[in-house]
Amino acid sequence: MTSLLEYYRRIPASWRGLLILALVLLVVFPLLMGSFRLNLVGKYLCFAYVALGLVLAWGYGGILSLGQGVFFGLGGYCMAMYLKLEASDPVSTAIQSTPGIPDFMDWNQLTELPWFWEPFHNLPFTLLAILVLPTLFAYVLSLAMFRRRVGGVYFAIITQAVALILSTLIIGQQGYTGGVNGITDLKTLEGWDIRTDAAKTVLYFVCCGLLIVCIVASQFILKSKLGLLLVAMRDKEERVRFSGYSVADLKVFVFCVAALFSAIGGALFTLQVGFMSPSFVGIVPSVEMVIFAAVGGRLSLVGAIYGCLMVNFGKTYFSEAFPELWLFLMGGLFIGIVMFFPNGMAGLFQSGGRESLKQLWRGLIHMRHHDRPSPRVDEASLDSSLEPRS
Amino acid sequence: MSETTSAEFFATLLMQGFAGISLFSVLLLMALGLAIIFGQMGVINMAHGEFMAIGSYTTYILSVLASEQGWLDIYFPFSLIAAFIVAGVAGYLLEIVLIRHLYQRPLDTLLATWGVSLILQQIFRSVFGAREVSPELPEWIMGSVQPGEGIDIPVNGLFVLGLAGLVTAGVALMMFRSRWGLQVRATSQNRLIAGAVGIDTQQVDRITFALGCGLAGVAGAAFTTIASTGPTSGSLYIVDTFLVVVFGGAASMVGTLASAFTIGQAQSILEFLMTGSMAKVLTLVTVVGLLMMRPEGLFTAKVRR
Repeated sequence: MTSLLEYYRRIPASWRGLLILALVLLVVFPLLMGSFRLNLVGKYLCFAYVALGLVLAWGYGGILSLGQGVFFGLGGYCMAMYLKLEASDPVSTAIQSTPGIPDFMDWNQLTELPWFWEPFHNLPFTLLAILVLPTLFAYVLSLAMFRRRVGGVYFAIITQAVALILSTLIIGQQGYTGGVNGITDLKTLEGWDIRTDAAKTVLYFVCCGLLIVCIVASQFILKSKLGLLLVAMRDKEERVRFSGYSVADLKVFVFCVAALFSAIGGALFTLQVGFMSPSFVGIVPSVEMVIFAAVGGRLSLVGAIYGCLMVNFGKTYFSEAFPELWLFLMGGLFIGIVMFFPNGMAGLFQSGGRESLKQLWRGLIHMRHHDRPSPRVDEASLDSSLEPRS
Repeated sequence: MSETTSAEFFATLLMQGFAGISLFSVLLLMALGLAIIFGQMGVINMAHGEFMAIGSYTTYILSVLASEQGWLDIYFPFSLIAAFIVAGVAGYLLEIVLIRHLYQRPLDTLLATWGVSLILQQIFRSVFGAREVSPELPEWIMGSVQPGEGIDIPVNGLFVLGLAGLVTAGVALMMFRSRWGLQVRATSQNRLIAGAVGIDTQQVDRITFALGCGLAGVAGAAFTTIASTGPTSGSLYIVDTFLVVVFGGAASMVGTLASAFTIGQAQSILEFLMTGSMAKVLTLVTVVGLLMMRPEGLFTAKVRR
């Protein structure tokens, strides 16, 4: 026992959180939970990829994207298209008027596979598309805007508009995308039945493993000079620009990484849940993904995972047990985090709760004596405005 | 034969154009409040759509009361005023409780007001039920006028158009001709100096926010003549409304007017050519594309960059 503690002490402090998370995900959860619950956790962990990306982009880069559902959805749809094509071989779709195409296309009187579905017969192409397509889209989208120094709330609104556009498009083009129901009835991956309990357990471990890889990669980015520049850019953008760094490229990079993570999460989601639908693309899910990161702590990579798990468990529990209460709670969570706990659970944990309670107290006092200037709740405030408020 | 078809074509064109104009008036009414709150104060209020719904529900309650008393013919103008007052008071309270603590953190305001919108939606659902309601409207607003052969112009569209014109004129007068408007513009240009010359900037903020919310309430009340109201109907339009304001150039009232007109017309013309959802997608893609090329919007306020 003492030697175990000894080992633990030898681990650098910044990796300890990750080690504990890995133990929880890979050992504790599988031991304690049956395959149904484990699959549920796996599903939530897919959103944790998005939350992780948001910690990088929003917490460290200062770029709030309200359209992460777009990338989650793109990744998920790429995977779903491949699985759907495999599920709709000519034998099992023989009763359709055009055998060999996905059932929803047949229902919508399509007689042949659209051209953009064709390459998704190929697994390597699909995997590549999952990684490349959303990242490329994020690159094009963000490059144009960050080059023109669009940032802050404008960026948030435009990403939100993109989420609206994509979800409207998917719902409107029923014949090509499966419409509002999404792509359902996914069965096998290269002949491997993904619906069995054993397959779901394997996929859970794949999901955890890739998530840990993503966390390590993020940790690596933040530890490097790049991470330092990100924080500098978030806090004093002009100074970084005048020091000769290309602020736009930094922002594009971190936004693309966030998009890539989201896309991986989306693809794993499709695999574990067995369908993909526009209800994970639109505005509401995209904003919900932000609260996952905010609850865990926008500055904590590991915290984002716990936050994501907590909010999702809460959502599942409350929306079944007290459906009227859930939206109140969710709304209260948004307001409470922003007003009193800007660094989320991680902030609460790191200060042993003291600092955050002090913050809460100060906030409450401040509510009564509202003419005093507001304390800077969050030293890493995301606002670059220097104007003091009267 | 060819003359009748060309007349019919002309009538269709006219009616389609009018559909665009009534979409324009709805967008304009919704965007005006936002243009004041976002354009002048720089505050993102994601609950703006829910303030619209507050206006719609106020109208609904008044219509229930009015139908009991037999005042259906005359209650509607009063419901507009009531919607303005109820939504305005709600906005005033929201500013005091939440918004003023967040002026320095625009992104956080965005998230907090999203939380407010979720809570308001659930309140609507608990009080009025999940089903959509529509107020009983007076007879005079339901019909249509026929200025020519085969041309049908709905009265509710005309009514909303007139109201949008009236409200826009009112807001423009207040912003550019009144002492209060001067204070608002001074505060938005330079808060510190505005405070130094004796403007109570906190009070200005509060009233400006309340006015913007009140205008959302009026938009909601007017919207009941066109569509029914559900708990989430406010959130359906919030992104479009934000795009109208951003596309017009956030600080410019003329810009809001122009962009509401452009977006309304574009969408209704495209709807004539393709399905509704594709028309919306195409309009939004164009707007987002243009914003990526020209982030400051159609009309820019004169600011040093």
